[in-house]
Amino acid sequence: MAPVIAEIALQYEHAYPGMRVDVQSGGSSRGIGDVRNGLAGIAMVSRALEGREQVLEAYPIARDGVGIILNARNSVEALTDAQIAAIYRGEIGNWREVGGRDAKIVVVHKAEGRATLEVFLAYFGIDNRDVKADVIAGENEQAIKTVAGSPEAIGYVSIGTAAVDIDHGVPIKLLRIGGVAATLSNIRLGRYPIVRPLNLVTREPATGLARAFIDFVRSPAMTGLIEAQHFVQVSE
Amino acid sequence: MWFRLRPSSWFDPAWRWRVLSAPHDAVAHLAMWSASLAVTGVFVWILIDVLSHGASHLSLELLTAAPADAGRQGGIAPILVSTVLILAVCMAVAMPLGLCSAVLLSEFSRSTSGYGRFVRRSLDVLAGLPSIVFGLFGYAFFCHALGLGFSILSGGLTLACMVLPVLIRSVEAALQAVPDDIQTASAALGLSKTTTIRSLLLPAAAPGIAVGLILGIGRALAETAALLFTSGYVVRMPGSLFDSGRALSVHIYDLAMNVPGGDGMAYASALVLLGLLLGMNALATTLVQRWQKSKGLVFG
Amino acid sequence: MNATTRLDRRLESFLRMNAAVAGSITIGIVAYLLLESLPALHAVGPLRFLTDPSWNPVHGAYNVVPMVVGTLVVTVGAVLLAAPLAVASAVFGRFYVRGALSKLQRRVLETLAGVPSVVYGLWGLMVLVPALARIGPPGQSVLAGVLVLALMILPTIALVSDTALGAVPEIHLRGAAAAGLSRWAIVRSIALPTARSGILTGILLGTGRALGETMAVVMVTGNVAQIPDGVFAPVRTLTANIALEMAYATDAHRSALFVSGLVLALLTIGLVAVVDRIAQSTGQDGGRTGVV
Repeated sequence: MAPVIAEIALQYEHAYPGMRVDVQSGGSSRGIGDVRNGLAGIAMVSRALEGREQVLEAYPIARDGVGIILNARNSVEALTDAQIAAIYRGEIGNWREVGGRDAKIVVVHKAEGRATLEVFLAYFGIDNRDVKADVIAGENEQAIKTVAGSPEAIGYVSIGTAAVDIDHGVPIKLLRIGGVAATLSNIRLGRYPIVRPLNLVTREPATGLARAFIDFVRSPAMTGLIEAQHFVQVSE
Repeated sequence: MWFRLRPSSWFDPAWRWRVLSAPHDAVAHLAMWSASLAVTGVFVWILIDVLSHGASHLSLELLTAAPADAGRQGGIAPILVSTVLILAVCMAVAMPLGLCSAVLLSEFSRSTSGYGRFVRRSLDVLAGLPSIVFGLFGYAFFCHALGLGFSILSGGLTLACMVLPVLIRSVEAALQAVPDDIQTASAALGLSKTTTIRSLLLPAAAPGIAVGLILGIGRALAETAALLFTSGYVVRMPGSLFDSGRALSVHIYDLAMNVPGGDGMAYASALVLLGLLLGMNALATTLVQRWQKSKGLVFG
Repeated sequence: MNATTRLDRRLESFLRMNAAVAGSITIGIVAYLLLESLPALHAVGPLRFLTDPSWNPVHGAYNVVPMVVGTLVVTVGAVLLAAPLAVASAVFGRFYVRGALSKLQRRVLETLAGVPSVVYGLWGLMVLVPALARIGPPGQSVLAGVLVLALMILPTIALVSDTALGAVPEIHLRGAAAAGLSRWAIVRSIALPTARSGILTGILLGTGRALGETMAVVMVTGNVAQIPDGVFAPVRTLTANIALEMAYATDAHRSALFVSGLVLALLTIGLVAVVDRIAQSTGQDGGRTGVV
């Protein structure tokens, strides 16, 4: 979330000279920790609040989809939910078994704790301990670069990130899930099944400067910027 | 006047005979050349890769403008300023501390002295800790406990901790390299240790100290994780050392790993960083040589 | 006590204070690691960090052994590869070429020393890994990690060794040449032994760097938390463990990650202790042998 919020912060500073917004990066948990101990006013959390975090105030500002990516050179065009689950559990090991060429499937997974991982596992009904991964990526970009560099790889990443990369010519493609294409409009219409919220979180209900910034992020003026990153903006 | 052993030339028949008559000599010769060529070859490979991806984004704008579109466009001017400031803080703290500690280890502690051993070993342990641990520690200690927050100061201080082992150990090695004769002669003349160190030893060890400096600068510029957590992510031109500022290495990481479509700019920024590095190294070497000459001694 | 000695004593105390600061940083960081690890060590118990079925903190499994193996394998491999090459490069620069060529080689090494881990990691991920993948998929593996790490630590070892080699007294070299020894024999029997202490320092620094390297390793080793069964198998190091999961870990998970940091610190301390013991026994420990 940091890059897009940093851009919005820049716009905010242009719109309201004299205001300063400092954006720091470090992950959702760091954000929550910093907001709890007062080092930060607003946290960027790329998932829903869980457990003890729910005493904090969450303001959803966008929705991001989680999509399955394959290398663009992979001949396989579609996979069913059951096939994807089987691939990640290690039950299907070769592309031949799902209609592709004879090559071992390179499974790209995410590190524990990441929102994309949790949303992915929840949708496909897999337990993380059953996953047989060949590569575990940290950031979305790492997963994308791995899949782009390896014709036998399969991975899952934030659709926002993948779509922008595809626009820039990175050789990957997004699969349909349950027949629904991974596009902005499908996420907006709620047809795409795997989504996660992007939240701005404060310790208490946001007032004053924090409130002003959150409202700015949700305003129509920012719609273009957010959608250019292939996220669906959420307003009040 | 000290002479350098000038390697014999291939045109010297006596040398040639020696090389060819002993087969392990020829093998060693080959091995040395291969090792060097291999190392230089990989360096060229990496350089070509970085150049091919980043050269198209190089421009004057890169060095003078601020980032736009999450860094995919525009330039890296504020980031360059932040980087230099962080480096300055780091060196300002690490150099004196490192030099003093190295002198202590080299000149004042016997091989078996407990204190010297302890410091030396702690430095070795420090050298092995992951950069991310320094980042977490720096965040907890400098940002939180000392209340400096996300700032260039926090970043520089954390970096100083990281750079210290490399600096101290290589300066120590440089000081050891100076022959014992100087010590003996000094003592015979009745000079205090302080004078010996200040006017003779340090200038004599200058080239090695320069190497230590360069290794330290290199390590500092190359560091990412530690700075992300301490000096932060902000791209604004810093107004003071207490402002948060993004270092060049952090920017490269962000463009490559966080911002989709940021690869080209990441590589271009890497080229700028290499340029900065070469500049810093040249500066360090010249400064040390200048200082050495001012002491009236030129060695090797 | 005359003025000279008093000055010297004062200098010595001043220097001791500085060195103390340097030493206390280490203590501070290790203490910090310990502090942050305590919650997990308390709740989970130290034994489980060795015996749990796998590393899956979210599900309560905390075995760090695969990562320890990963760290050791990758570090040892990198040092074994880099040290000979680095020393050879240093010898090359000092004894086999002169002037401009020697300076060029040193510049190359100095520049390599400052390249950020990210760039090495990127090159590794985008160039090396696909190349390796053609021999043994998935490409992100022990081998990729060893190669990239060796590349990263080589300049440090080479530069420090170079300083040490440059210190070998001319007299010894000239004497050996006069006695008719060949160049390699001079290097082998005079230069290298004399510079041994400095070279070892360089290797130790390089090992430290390899142990602690995070960014590049995360990008090229595959990060699968299991004991590797071959050089083409993916592996996770202790540093990668922290880097991957820290940003998104909460409470117990976070504390468990600090435990893996603590394990790394203990590994490093162990390594240093062993080197210390060896250095003591051979009398090569730095400090002047005859302090005046």
